[in-house]
Amino acid sequence: MTRVLLTGNAAAAWGARLAGVDYVPAFPITPQTEILETLGAWIEGGELRARMVMLESEHSMVTAAGAAAATGVRVFTATSSQGLLYALEMLYTVAGWRAPFVLVNVSRGLAAPITLGSDHGDVLAARDCGFLQLHAASAQEVLDFVLLGARLGEDARVRLPVLVNLDGFTLSFTREPVALPEAVEAARFVGPFDPGTVRFRASRPISQAVAVLGGSPYSYFRYEMQRAAEAALLAWPEVAGAFANAFGRRYEAVATHRCEDAEVVLCLLGALATQAEGVVDQLRAEGRRVGLVRPRLLRPFPAEALRAALAGKRAVAVLDQDLSLGLGGVLHGELAAALYGAAGAPPVLASFVGGLGGRDVAGTELAAMLEAAARAADAGVPPAPRLLYTETELRELRKLQAIALGERHELARGERSELARGEGA
Amino acid sequence: MYRIRFHGRGGHGIKTGARILGSAFFAEGFEVQDAPRYGAERRGAPLDASVRASRGPIRERGALRAPDLVVVADETLIPVRSAGVAAGLAAHTWFLIRSAAPAAVWRERMARPERVLALAAAADERAELPFLGSIAAAAAARLVGAISWPALEGALAREVAGFGAGAQAESRARARAAWDALAPHAGAVGEGPELLTAGGDPGWIDLPLDLAERAAPDVRVPLTSLEVKTGLWRTQRPVIEPDRCHGCAWICSSLCPDGAIAIAGGRPVIDYDHCKGCGVCVAVCPHHAIHVEREELARAGAQP
Repeated sequence: MTRVLLTGNAAAAWGARLAGVDYVPAFPITPQTEILETLGAWIEGGELRARMVMLESEHSMVTAAGAAAATGVRVFTATSSQGLLYALEMLYTVAGWRAPFVLVNVSRGLAAPITLGSDHGDVLAARDCGFLQLHAASAQEVLDFVLLGARLGEDARVRLPVLVNLDGFTLSFTREPVALPEAVEAARFVGPFDPGTVRFRASRPISQAVAVLGGSPYSYFRYEMQRAAEAALLAWPEVAGAFANAFGRRYEAVATHRCEDAEVVLCLLGALATQAEGVVDQLRAEGRRVGLVRPRLLRPFPAEALRAALAGKRAVAVLDQDLSLGLGGVLHGELAAALYGAAGAPPVLASFVGGLGGRDVAGTELAAMLEAAARAADAGVPPAPRLLYTETELRELRKLQAIALGERHELARGERSELARGEGA
Repeated sequence: MYRIRFHGRGGHGIKTGARILGSAFFAEGFEVQDAPRYGAERRGAPLDASVRASRGPIRERGALRAPDLVVVADETLIPVRSAGVAAGLAAHTWFLIRSAAPAAVWRERMARPERVLALAAAADERAELPFLGSIAAAAAARLVGAISWPALEGALAREVAGFGAGAQAESRARARAAWDALAPHAGAVGEGPELLTAGGDPGWIDLPLDLAERAAPDVRVPLTSLEVKTGLWRTQRPVIEPDRCHGCAWICSSLCPDGAIAIAGGRPVIDYDHCKGCGVCVAVCPHHAIHVEREELARAGAQP
């Protein structure tokens, strides 16, 4: 096992390579394209025996991925943001086929307005489609989750596609040290894809995607997908345990950092966890009893593990890098649902929304979230949801708006004078 | 932890430069993060790339706060606000700029009495541009002092391996020149303080409700675009030859991807403040009435 510097994107490509992928349907989008470029270069150079096909859209790409997986070959694909949403119809469909494959999503905020920076609006829009979701916090986790995802999704008890998420820029374009598993060990861990009898074969037509069903049979099939997702949660310790035995890295469904004796805990998803760990350590050094909780698995939702990790805490500060407009943070709502009525559930669950579209979240802000949650616990009053924005940011934005408003007024004057001319004629 | 940021333009090899420095740190046994930051535009557009290096695990993400060293490879970025050259400059930050002007001039311009260094641009300034990343990496490696020349050379060979033997050799030679030029300041840049929770109250505010009149993100008249002189990005310039131009100006003007060709009196007129020099007009002109000149020669000669 060698340690090399890899971007999150290169780590995703390495995951696919070490998983022994057979087929890569592709469509480019920033900040994901480097994954497909890397795989393409390996295929062209003969280092990876696989077929790559450029489709005309993400919708077709996911259709091709599901169709190929249904024939029993191992499939990998990747997209981001608008691409994931364009494919959303097919995400639901191929999951319904029970066709397992790994799709990497590189998180990027959704239009409009347009951004290339990261947030989780895209991946959370796909939370209900039947794909299992693994959220990575480091380039190492990206690589490892592709391997874990391939094995988990293909597990006979599960048979669902798996989405591995990584944050744009902070992971996708950032190089950091990654322990590269040996190809032989990776192949042994993932194993061959055994589709059993649930597969397409040439010249043996079957219909996997039944056309029109009434409510009762339809419900049965959807409920079975729910059972399969639940089975994935039960299978996780076994699969992650086998991974730990092979590679020495153990991935609980919920990652915790100094949580056991913490009074106030921060909860978030993805790459920001690295920084949050540092903040927790600093505050600990100052004598504050704080900790961090991060779901690695978001679907299936590890509710029991979260209840266990948070039982008896005075307060939880939830940072959502997403915004369900008209409601608030998605993770906050899901965590509230998991904790409601549970024994020892924290009385305060404070909601923070931040880091949208690549907006930086400073360590001081993470510390301030923990502080606000602690104060709320002291007062016994949950704080109002907070959308992270500073006075400095607003001042800078107002400068930009001054130009835009100037333009708008100038245009309005032009329209009025045109109108006046038109009326005069 | 070392925090180092390079500034340049797309095409200068700045992203590669950060990878070279990152790999060199890694070869010396450091934990490393290196990352570029850029938008949708590439060649000529401002970009920066950062390196974090530490003997222990790195627990920071995102933009560098209070860098220990900022290297500006292209001095024309100084007045470009969006380039963010001065972002996070702290008292302990060293500032290195590639410029014909000496450090004393930059101390005054930057209003920084100390920790400002200048690295003279090569005589063949134009040929140097694609190698600015290698130069920045070598300069930074020399200034931190924790990286040996063999480690830097090895990192450089790895990171520019895909560019061919000629580019590798030139990259190495130019890096070596920067390494030697900064010998008097070897080891000047130290590791910065722990910053994660420094600074206290983040100063959050409650956003007011703004009406759509203000809050819809429309840009209706391109004043903003006019303010940004994208013509600065140009490495080559299209020049219209009036004698050969037949005045079918709708072709070049409508195919210009930047809307930088207007029609005046039935003739095309190029807006050099915003022409990025892509050459589409040169390719589509049916009468071959537009030719290309090298930008720095055109600038030195008569301005059109």
